[in-house]
Amino acid sequence: MLNDAVSNEAVLTGEELRDRVREFLKNADTSQRQEFLDARFDAGLAWVHFPEGLGGLGLPRQMQGIVDAEFAAANAPDNEPDRIGIGLGMAAPTILTHGTDEQKQRWLKALWTGRQVWCQLFSEPGAGSDLAALGTRAVRDGDGWVVNGQKVWTSSAHQAVWGLLVTRTDPDVPKHAGLTYFACDMTAPGVEVRPLRQLTGEAEFNEVFLSDVRIPDSDRIGAVGQGWTVAMTTLMSERVSIGSSRAVPREAGMIGSVVKTWRDHPELRTPGLHDRLLRLWVEAEVARLSAERLRQQLAAGQPGPEGSAAKLVFARLNQEISGLEVELAGAEGLRYDDWTMKRPERANFFGRGPGFRYLRAKGNSIEGGTSEILRNIVAERVMGLPPEPRTDKEVAWKDLPR
Amino acid sequence: MSADTSGRLPDLLYDDTERSLADALKTLLDSQAGLLARTESAETYDTALWRKVAADLGCAGLLIPERDGGAGASYREVASAAEELGAAVAPVPFVGSAVVATAALLVACARSGSSEAEAERLLRRMADGELTVALAVPFATAPGAPFPRSVRVAGPHQGDKTSGWSRLRGSVRGVADALPAAMLLVPSDGVPHGLYAVDLSSARVTRSPVVSLDMTRQLCDISFDDAPATLVVSGSAAADAVNAALRAGACVLAAELLGVAQRCLDMTVAYVKQRHQFARPVGSFQAVKVRLADLWVSVAQARAASRYAAACLATGAADTPVAVALAKAYCSDVAVQAAQECVQLHGGIGFTWEHPAHLYLKRAKADSLAFGTADAHRRSLASLVNLPAL
Repeated sequence: MLNDAVSNEAVLTGEELRDRVREFLKNADTSQRQEFLDARFDAGLAWVHFPEGLGGLGLPRQMQGIVDAEFAAANAPDNEPDRIGIGLGMAAPTILTHGTDEQKQRWLKALWTGRQVWCQLFSEPGAGSDLAALGTRAVRDGDGWVVNGQKVWTSSAHQAVWGLLVTRTDPDVPKHAGLTYFACDMTAPGVEVRPLRQLTGEAEFNEVFLSDVRIPDSDRIGAVGQGWTVAMTTLMSERVSIGSSRAVPREAGMIGSVVKTWRDHPELRTPGLHDRLLRLWVEAEVARLSAERLRQQLAAGQPGPEGSAAKLVFARLNQEISGLEVELAGAEGLRYDDWTMKRPERANFFGRGPGFRYLRAKGNSIEGGTSEILRNIVAERVMGLPPEPRTDKEVAWKDLPR
Repeated sequence: MSADTSGRLPDLLYDDTERSLADALKTLLDSQAGLLARTESAETYDTALWRKVAADLGCAGLLIPERDGGAGASYREVASAAEELGAAVAPVPFVGSAVVATAALLVACARSGSSEAEAERLLRRMADGELTVALAVPFATAPGAPFPRSVRVAGPHQGDKTSGWSRLRGSVRGVADALPAAMLLVPSDGVPHGLYAVDLSSARVTRSPVVSLDMTRQLCDISFDDAPATLVVSGSAAADAVNAALRAGACVLAAELLGVAQRCLDMTVAYVKQRHQFARPVGSFQAVKVRLADLWVSVAQARAASRYAAACLATGAADTPVAVALAKAYCSDVAVQAAQECVQLHGGIGFTWEHPAHLYLKRAKADSLAFGTADAHRRSLASLVNLPAL
């Protein structure tokens, strides 16, 4: 979780902050994108809840909205947040919480200004939901480490220059205790990125093979053996950034295209499909209202656990609605737009044809926490139900069945 | 595209007034005793509890303007109160009198123009809980239903007053909250067709208690044998009054259903933490906890739907018909699911008469039929949001 504490006693009011942005904009040259972003970072107007000197002003996180609104109103160039989402949402809070001063200075500015794209090297073929079971080994070698292993489902790995890497440094202790966290230079020898083609035909993600990759100890984030704690910071931040998204209009998202097809094609309508459509319309609209209610709770400083619920509902609805849409298409539902292997710029859940949307939605209940794990989280952490008996927490990692 | 909702949505949280009203009700209702025994007694409604809810806590007059002695509150507060009353399956005529009858009279008041109208006289007496009123329509009637025709205005008896005085003949089946009422509002066909007030002390009105699915809100069949009646409002205003009452009823039942669902979930979670089988709390089995997680998600969603409907009705927003249909459709299904899970996950004890789970199941199922089923509300959405059947 980010530290929102105020770093100096001279707290700015919203009005003063707005004036400061306007003053900055008055003197800034918005035609040179990179230089403009550098200047904005140096002025502490990148992320105001970060400390001074690291792109922020030590203000409460909620005040970022004031800054963003001013820059948007001035049509100033932004740092293309979609392109550097993992850096902004996961790497930055992790570095801020666990990095050394030298690391913060080295990485945060290049990250925020979009010069350096980050990716996340967490999941492995043998460690999905059970992340702590991961087996990529890092072995001490002089003033650095040598890493061997395989990571998977890595978005942006083919564009990234840095990866957030969790490794096993001690196989002789229980799995959560033997992990160490690094920033991995993705241009280093031994790092091989291969596209991972998914069931839609395209490849949004990558596999990353690490063969004798040397990582200097100065790129270690957090203490040796503390990798799990650092990884939790990364994953918690992911949830915070998901939770702060804005409310969408009615019939946005997956329901939008199916209702359009329904309205445009009376010949496709049947009573059975009508009933399913109405049920899903109700669920989609209720999900929209719930997302807005969650946003209001966060804005009012009453963060609730509804974030996990929102992800569960999002996945199930996307799957059911896109399934209905393929059926509604009738004979056209038997055709697919394109199986060619492509590398899309970014994930697009609602684009292309109904067949693509149907297939892509299958990932929604797997990526970013499977629906099964999320249900366990709701049951155990929200409702306080007792956990399943565990057999894997006290055993040395090397002795776990696999 | 339906009514525009791309702009700002209303506040979907609870404000301080709503929270303190809910807290006061919860404190009162937690001390409620003898609920189960009452369902098999001659007096299924708890009139002493209703007096406290209506008068002491001011729930009878929440919707009534301050100038008529009410609280001048809105459907937001009413919905908050309904959640608590639902959570306790309280046998009180809050929905029938303080919501449905009141909503009809508020429309009648606005449309009749005269400040000394019958509607306003009734509202003044209802504001402090002195008078309890019910709208004589079947509990299953959905908003938008045609104006009822089962009661007709009959010819005057010899010696009847000539103005504002009528006699009603006919019957209405399955009316909620009429048993503890002292006055009925009766939609009647005839010349003029309208909404009439009928004093229940008249010997020409007979109420027959119905063995009801939900005995915490017992229905009755009512027959009118030339019953003396006073015209409250007539013509299209009467139809509008009845429709507004049904819509308010559907909205507030959605909130009540949310309260039922939340209580079922809470009871069940507490039980599966404490109940041991195979030397483990049954709540540690994923087969159990996964179902409860899904229910928790549904209840959280239902809260957003219910809050939105109450907020729309409170301000008379253009999106109100959509919001109410959405909330009633969604909360009905969730509450029934919650009550069914409550019975199932309590195992054997949940199937007994002694355990209260069945009271919640019966309330949830009955409420899900009342003022329009989920299916009826989805069908009304089809035309409201332009998703035609054919």
